[in-house]
Amino acid sequence: MSYAAAPVPVRLPIWRARFVLFAFVSAFAVLLGRSLWLQAVQTGFLQERGEARYSRVLEVPATRGRILDRRGDALAISTPVKSIWAIPEDLKATAAQLRQLGQLLGVEPRELERRLTGTSRDFVYLKRQIPPETAARVAELGIPGLYQQREFRRYYPGGETMAHVVGFTGVDDIGQEGIELAFQASLAGASGSRRVIKDRLGHVVEDIEAIRAAQDGKDLRLALDSKLQSLAFTALKHAVETHKAKGGALVALDTRTGEVLALANVPSYNPNNRARLTGAQLRNRVITDLFEPGSTLKPFTVALALDLGQVTPETVIQTAPGRLTIARHTIHDAHAGGAMSVAQVIQKSSNVGAAKIALSLPREEMRENFRRVGFGAPPQLGFPGEAAGKVREARTWRPIEQATMAYGHGISVSLIQLARAYTAFARDGELLPLSLVRTDMPVAGRQVLSAETARAMRAMLEAATQPGGTAPRARVMGWRVAGKTGTAHKLENGGYASHKYIASFVGFAPASDPRLVIAVMIDEPSAGQYYGGAVAAPVFAQVMQGALRLMNVPHDAPLTPIELPGEGEEAREST
Amino acid sequence: MAKLNLLLLLVLLACAFGLVTSQHQGRKAFAALESELARARELDVEYGQLQLEASTWGLHARVAKVAADTLGLRAPDPRRVRVIELAPAQSRP
Repeated sequence: MSYAAAPVPVRLPIWRARFVLFAFVSAFAVLLGRSLWLQAVQTGFLQERGEARYSRVLEVPATRGRILDRRGDALAISTPVKSIWAIPEDLKATAAQLRQLGQLLGVEPRELERRLTGTSRDFVYLKRQIPPETAARVAELGIPGLYQQREFRRYYPGGETMAHVVGFTGVDDIGQEGIELAFQASLAGASGSRRVIKDRLGHVVEDIEAIRAAQDGKDLRLALDSKLQSLAFTALKHAVETHKAKGGALVALDTRTGEVLALANVPSYNPNNRARLTGAQLRNRVITDLFEPGSTLKPFTVALALDLGQVTPETVIQTAPGRLTIARHTIHDAHAGGAMSVAQVIQKSSNVGAAKIALSLPREEMRENFRRVGFGAPPQLGFPGEAAGKVREARTWRPIEQATMAYGHGISVSLIQLARAYTAFARDGELLPLSLVRTDMPVAGRQVLSAETARAMRAMLEAATQPGGTAPRARVMGWRVAGKTGTAHKLENGGYASHKYIASFVGFAPASDPRLVIAVMIDEPSAGQYYGGAVAAPVFAQVMQGALRLMNVPHDAPLTPIELPGEGEEAREST
Repeated sequence: MAKLNLLLLLVLLACAFGLVTSQHQGRKAFAALESELARARELDVEYGQLQLEASTWGLHARVAKVAADTLGLRAPDPRRVRVIELAPAQSRP
């Protein structure tokens, strides 16, 4: 028999069907509830988690701005380099690989070994800032645990010539000296970041959003003229070597715009390789060093006397016998002169004459005059470490101090303050604001002297460079120059050192319509000669000649070779 | 009814393929953009390096040395220099 042939109708209880139906319905309800929970309530969290699997935030590096000279030649440029770092625990390299690595990085294998094993840190720089080509060859070694990081390195093509102006950045691309430090904020820029989607292989496939746009640093165009700067540096370096001096400084200012066209310091350093730097090399003698200027200050005392109507250039002053005693102190002239006009006091640089003029002036006026031409206050270049200098309160001056201050002792100034003060003579009495950044626009100054006084001073200062003056060696073929020498004893341990001098020269040209002020200072010339007219004036002449030619300034004197006086024939000053 | 459903299904399929294709095109275009941007950055870096090189070759001291040593150039004797005065109208070209 067969069951199939004779089906027996079986009646199952109805609850079983209902039970199955209920089970299915509730299972679906659970699924529905779960999906509702995920889709509606937890959706934000889940999407975020999902995105984290494929979206990445990428850093967008900003390039540091370039520093250019006034013609647009690069003085500082950042270019990408690689730094090699390792996780010592993960690093697995054969001895041969390590040897190759050492060769590529220029590190002794033993030193490499020490850095990798001698530390418990899990991050070690093996070599920072290597060229990208070398980094590519390191990557070809395929050593696990060795990584590369992109960084920027700053290069300074100008080298030691520009070092003190441009300054340098540290290994983290942050300005540490000079313009790099002063303009850090605008040069640096800000790195940005963006969110992207990456695929399994690490390729970026989609941009989601720019979180922050990268802001590249701004290029900075300096007032500096690299040709003039190079000329100035070479001449200064040569002078410092010839005269066996400790150092020297030079600054050149444009009298129309107040721009700093050249600023040189010796000794200097190479900013691209700063392995062994000494304080003396880093010193910016033009801006941060103070010194007692000596006779280069005489013109300001005389200008004040002219302005107040106390004297005229023709007023005769008795300087014989070349000595002046005030309260047990005696002021000397290098050569006793007898009766001189005020113009001759400047031309021959007579201390006695200047002291006598100063003693006829009210001391408050004298101090006010020094302050007016910019001494005792920082020159506001925006440069780090600008020295303010010191002009003491007038009520503390004793008569001897008032007399010595007339020829620049008992007052301290920086070379750039001195050069700036001379713009008042060059510009008919206007003291110019200075700029390290290119402006290329005529600038108006503050009137500190009357125009007549400034013109009278120009004539006297020109006479100082003529035969019979203290600085015939400052003359330049083809242009008339004007200027003043200074030879000051150095201050040491609170007193004046007897055989240590600072020789200086400040002047401008062409005398008929000044375009350029140049100030030169030589610290401790010790090869025999130490007078400003013999040591500093030739540097001035050399730089001025080149500068006027570079700037295409029309000649105002015939092009005939200049006859230099023989040894000992020129007038000398003792301060 | 069944015909309409079939038609809608076809339309749906077409849309779906269109979406996939445009997404793919978009990614390809984006990849091209990325590589061009990378190239732009590379060229920028190269430009900086070339500028650096130009500055180094063009150093005043080096130019002066080459002019004097290799080319034998020197400033003319002042007695043989003639300065030509421009008429005022011509002085500003």
